[in-house]
Parts: sequence; C-alpha cells; structure tokens
Amino acid sequence: MPDNDNDAKAPLIRFAGVQKTYDGESLVVKDLNLTIAEGEFVTLLGPSGSGKTTCLMMLAGFENPTGGDIFLGEQRLNRVPPHKRNFGMVFQNYALFPHMTVEENIRYPLKTRGLPADEARRKVAEILEMIQLIEFARRRPGQLSGGQQQRVALARALVFEPQLVLMDEPLGALDKQLREQMQLEIKHLHETLGLTVVFVTHDQGEALTMSDRVAVFNDGVIQQIDTPSNLYEYPANSFVAQFIGENNTLDGVVESVEGRRCRARFGDDLTTGALLGPGLGAGQATRLSIRPERVKLDGAAKGLPNRLRARVHEFIYLGDHLRVRCALPGNDDFVARVPVDDFDPRLRPGDDVELGWRDDDVRALDAS
Amino acid sequence: MASTLDPGAPAAQGNLKARLRRAERLRKLKAVGLVAPLALFLVIVFVLPIGSMLLNSVDNGSLRQVMPATAASLQEWDGEGLPEAATFAAFAEELRDSRRGGGLGSVGRRLNYEDSGFRGLLMRTLMGLPRESDDWRATLIDIDPAWGEGVTWRRIQAAAPPRTDRYLLASVDLERGADGEIQRVDADSRLYQAVFQRTLVIAGGVTLICLALGFPLAYLLATLPARTSNLLMILVLLPFWTSLLVRTAAWIILLQSNGLANQSLMALGLVESPLQLVFNRIGVFFAMVHILLPFMVLPLYSVMKGISPSYQRAAVSLGAHPFAAFWQVYVPQTVSGVAAGTILVFIMALGYYITPALVGGPADQMVSYYVAYYTNTTNNWGMAAALGSILLAVTLLLYLVYHRLVNRKQMIGS
Repeated sequence: MPDNDNDAKAPLIRFAGVQKTYDGESLVVKDLNLTIAEGEFVTLLGPSGSGKTTCLMMLAGFENPTGGDIFLGEQRLNRVPPHKRNFGMVFQNYALFPHMTVEENIRYPLKTRGLPADEARRKVAEILEMIQLIEFARRRPGQLSGGQQQRVALARALVFEPQLVLMDEPLGALDKQLREQMQLEIKHLHETLGLTVVFVTHDQGEALTMSDRVAVFNDGVIQQIDTPSNLYEYPANSFVAQFIGENNTLDGVVESVEGRRCRARFGDDLTTGALLGPGLGAGQATRLSIRPERVKLDGAAKGLPNRLRARVHEFIYLGDHLRVRCALPGNDDFVARVPVDDFDPRLRPGDDVELGWRDDDVRALDAS
Repeated sequence: MASTLDPGAPAAQGNLKARLRRAERLRKLKAVGLVAPLALFLVIVFVLPIGSMLLNSVDNGSLRQVMPATAASLQEWDGEGLPEAATFAAFAEELRDSRRGGGLGSVGRRLNYEDSGFRGLLMRTLMGLPRESDDWRATLIDIDPAWGEGVTWRRIQAAAPPRTDRYLLASVDLERGADGEIQRVDADSRLYQAVFQRTLVIAGGVTLICLALGFPLAYLLATLPARTSNLLMILVLLPFWTSLLVRTAAWIILLQSNGLANQSLMALGLVESPLQLVFNRIGVFFAMVHILLPFMVLPLYSVMKGISPSYQRAAVSLGAHPFAAFWQVYVPQTVSGVAAGTILVFIMALGYYITPALVGGPADQMVSYYVAYYTNTTNNWGMAAALGSILLAVTLLLYLVYHRLVNRKQMIGS
C-alpha cells in the first residue's frame, strides 16, 4: 500500500493493536493499527456500526480500549482522562452550550485552561473574525442558523490551538449545498492552520473531498487506508470498491494470471482482462469491479479489447450525463455512464447495444 | 392572483383580509366551544368562591344588615360624648326587632370581637327593654350604665362601616388602638407572625430537601437505559396510588417511640433510648418530603431527559474536569426544571394542613391549621379568610420574585 508519502512527517497518533468490545462477546473494533502524521487530514469512513465512531471516542478518551495501546508521540494515552488530552472536538450536533452566548462558548476552553481574561478576549475576537461571526458574539446558539452554529463549534474546538482536532460527522445536519461549502471551509482551515484532523463520516463524497488519507472501516476492521484517488482507482477489496463511488460487479473465476494482470471468465462463457487484486490466484472465484464511467457504448466501444452485447432497460437523464441501465450475462443491473453529447438519441429501451472497456478499468477482487 | 396580492391595491387587500377572517371564524368558534365548559366550571366552583372568600376577609359582618338605621346614624357621629337621641331610639327598636329576625346572635358575635362582654350586655338590655319610651337614651342607661359611656358606642360604630381591616391586621398581629392608630398587639397574644414565619420555614425546608434528594434521582433516571428508568419511575409514582392519610398514618407507626425506625436504631446500637421522631418538626419533614418528592422529580426528569449527554462530553473535551462540566454546563440547563419543581413543591407545601396536624406537635402547625380552626371551630369566617388572603398574597409575592430571578438566569435562546 502506498503509505510512503507520509514517512517524512513525524507520527502524532499511533493505534497499536487496539480492540474494543462493549458486551464482552463481540469486538466492535478488531486489532486496529493506524498511524496519523502531524498535519495530516485523516478520515475514518464506513457504514454505521463499522467501528469508526468508537475509534474516535477512544482517541478522545470517552471510551477505553479493551486491548492494545494508543500513543500520542511517545506518550501512552490509554489512562489519560479526556479533559487532559488537549484535543479539540466537534460533535455531530455541535453541542454548543445553549445557556451561553457565542462568545462565552468559544471562551470556555480558554477559561478551563486558566488563560488571563484579556488574552482570552483577544483570542476569541481573532477567531470570531476568522469565522466572520463578530456581529453574532452576543447571540445564543439557538438564534443562529445551522451553518453559523457549525462555524462556532469549529471555532470553539480550534481556539485553544489543540494538537489534534477530532470531528464526529460534523456536517451531517446541514443541507447539501451548505455541507459542500463547509467541507471546503474546513479543508482550507486545515491547510492554512496546519491542523492535524481526524474526521469521521459515512459520506464517501465528503471523505474524498477533504482528506489526505481515508481509512475505510467495515465490521471493526480497516479495509484499506489510502489517498482518495488510490481508493477509487485501486480498491483493495470488493467492499471498498462497492462503498467508494459507483460500481458494477460481475461474479466469475480467475482463469490465468500474468504479472499484475489476469483473465477472468464470467457469465455464460465470456472473458475479460483485468487488474489482479491482492490475494488472488488462478482458479479462484472473483468479483470483477468496473466503474460506470469507464464503460463505453457502441461507437465509443469500437477497438476496445473487451466487448459484449447487452440489452438496454432504461435511460436516466441527469443533465450532464445519462445513466444507461442494461442487462448482460451475470448482471441484470449493469450501469454505463455516458456523456449526453456522446449519446445516440435513436436508442430506445429494449434495443441491443455494444458495451466495451479496457483491461485496466476492471479490478478482479475477492468474491465475498 | 397577482392583483389580489399587490400591495398597491388596498381594496383587494381588504377583501383578502375579510376572507381570511371569515375562514378563521369557524375555527375560533370551535376553540371557544371546546374551552367554554371548563371555563364555566372554573368560574362557578373556583373563581367565585375564592373571590367571595377574599371579600370575607374585609367584610364587617352583620350589624349593617340587622341594624341598618343604627349603623347609618352611628357613621355620622363624630365619636365625641354620646350619640344623638335618635341613634338611641333607632338602636332600641332595631334591637327589639332583631330578636324576631334571628339577627341578634350574629350581631352579638360580631360585637364580642370588639369587647367580650358585648353579647351579655345586649341580652341584658333586651330583657329590660320596655315597649315604648319617650326618652330611649335615659331608658337604656337605666337598664345598663354602659350605654352612658362613649366607648360602648364607639365599639358599635367600629362595626358599622361595610368594610373593616381588623381581620387582616389581626392576621399579622396588628390592631387599631383606641385612637384608630395601627399598633402591635400585646406581646403575649402575638401569634400569626410566628405562624407565617413557621409556614415559610417548613415549606422552604421541605422544598430544599426535596431538591437535594430529587436532583440526583432525576439525573439517574434520565441517564439510565429506558427499561430500567421506566421501572424506577413506577417506584417514584407508587406513593400516588396510596391515600395521603394512609401514608401519613404509616409514618406515625414507623417513627413512633417503639416503631420500626427507633427499634432498628437501637438494635444497631446507634442510640440508647428511643428518639422523638414524630409529633415534632422531624416528623413533619419526613412525611411532607415523602409526599412531595414526586412533584420535584417529575419536572426535573422531563427537563433532564431533553439534555443531550454530548454537552458534558463537549465541555470535557474542551478541558473541563467532569465535575466542572457538570456544574457549568449541565446544571444551568436544568434551571427550568429546578424552577418548576421548587415552585410546585413550595406552593403545595405552603398549604399543608392534614400532615402537620397528624405528625406535628403544637409548635409545628401551619397557617392552614388556623384557617381550618377559624372555619370549623369558632365560625369566624373573617379571620379564616384574612389568614388565607395573606397567605395567598405572600405566595404570589414570592412567586413574582422567584419568576424574576429564574427568568434572568435562564434566558436560553429559543
């Protein structure tokens, strides 16, 4: 796995063999090993119940690991209570104190640290300036919009210059447009202030937009830790392929292996070239994964090494592109994503089309 | 469409408003119809009786009804020397007539409040009253020399006006002296200031104990998983299913000298002889706290249930010690629950009567006891109403002060 681009920076946080169980029967987190470098933006991504929030809570100190250790630099964190960890945290519903004004909320972490009043006031003013909410300083959180509350929560988590910022699905309550705007704002804050951020989300788009690296969780195990582009282009297993972005799958068998590439048989008697995923060899069952935008139609498919005929079910118009749902041997719900300009308007549902793709656009992954 | 909504077309706009009113009228009528029975019920059984009760506290009683002419002529008298002959004549005739109408008893009772010998004087006078007389003044003084003293007539005069402040004054240990000045009553007959003070102290103490016991309990209920907290909630509500008298009697049995509490304490070797736990202030606190605790727990619980645990986590993540987080972030958010619970318990405790009467000693009786005493035993409705009115006024005043304080603290943005 290409983990080498972070070697230059010092590791700030290290999970070593961390386990967590709540009931003593099943492990919510199984043998977690993860290193986070200083200045890095790492996202823990996964469906609900995958263990990502538990990891964040163990890092924040609200949960204790059942086994293994968490290190901050050289210091073992397991027994450090949460209020002594000096991590900023942004909660899912902001958790702004409703009985305090915006200013009092932001000053709270400075007060707990015993900062002199005038210095605290200066810092609060600075950060209010940064999040452009100076004129709202005397309002209470209940009088702010969702996006403004989000900014205040950020300011409160940043004002004491923590060595690590934890965010637990902080954008979940915002509408789509505001969410995308806040994603960029947080990303820019990360860049300009050089923050180290651990971000938890179940939204893969959010993870890809903001992160340096993404750890994909499922079933208490990190399935893959990688840069967003590697996750998308080189998923390590079929769960990651399915979870990140859109994906077509075809179940088959690896026929022959040639270095990184292989040939796989699927459907009745069809074959395709593919990039071989980790841990697979000739004769093994595989799940082939193809992104919809890599599937070409009719004219565009001419000259591609893998071609087959399929029957069109329906067209879904999405403005800049069309989704063509079609049936082919082994998958009744195969989607091709076609730019509107490239589309032949004479096509109707029920017509036959030719689909094609390159060998390198197919991943042969585990069959689970 | 556009022209109806155009602000430049006032005629059309007026039309729209009229249509809105018409559309809303039916809904309003329905709302009024739904509330009307209850409103009527409240007016008849609550507002009117309380209003008339409050009037009783300043009502001067029956002299005006039984002896209207006497009362009228005495009100014009300046109080110097003796009243005019006409007053004597009116009084003598109305005194004679009062025997037939049965008003004599109530006049006698009212005048007895002024001087305890008055009823006897009236009876004596009535017995010796002749049918006719040319000079009623001489006749009356002849029957009893008291009629020749100005003070006798001034006492009747005091009962003549339709309204009096004597009951209200007496409720706070004040009276009007011979010259009409307000003064404190003799030290050995002062009673009610101490009773009011005691009532406030007991109600306040019960409220504080309930808060101290109820807050942790409500917190536990609000943070436990739903199954466990529902079970515990049933236990909190269990006392409501038993009659108040039964519970109070149970406390007497538990706390008496050879009761379970004392026997346990002695068996454990904690005390050597039985403690006096009932028929004193301790018993009153035990029983009242037990009865009123649910009224503290319920509002606290409902407010705490709505406070997300993430607030405390946020405070801790920002560097606050868990105790500081609880005190600075959690407790202020429970203010509305604390306010509702304390005011509910305090006001209910102020009016307690049965429980202190049963488990308290003579020095633990609250205002309601005296209200009941005047209503049931001495038939002095004026004093009963005056004590009740003062209690009501004190309660309202405290409530206003409290409301101010709490509102200032609890300006949580909507």
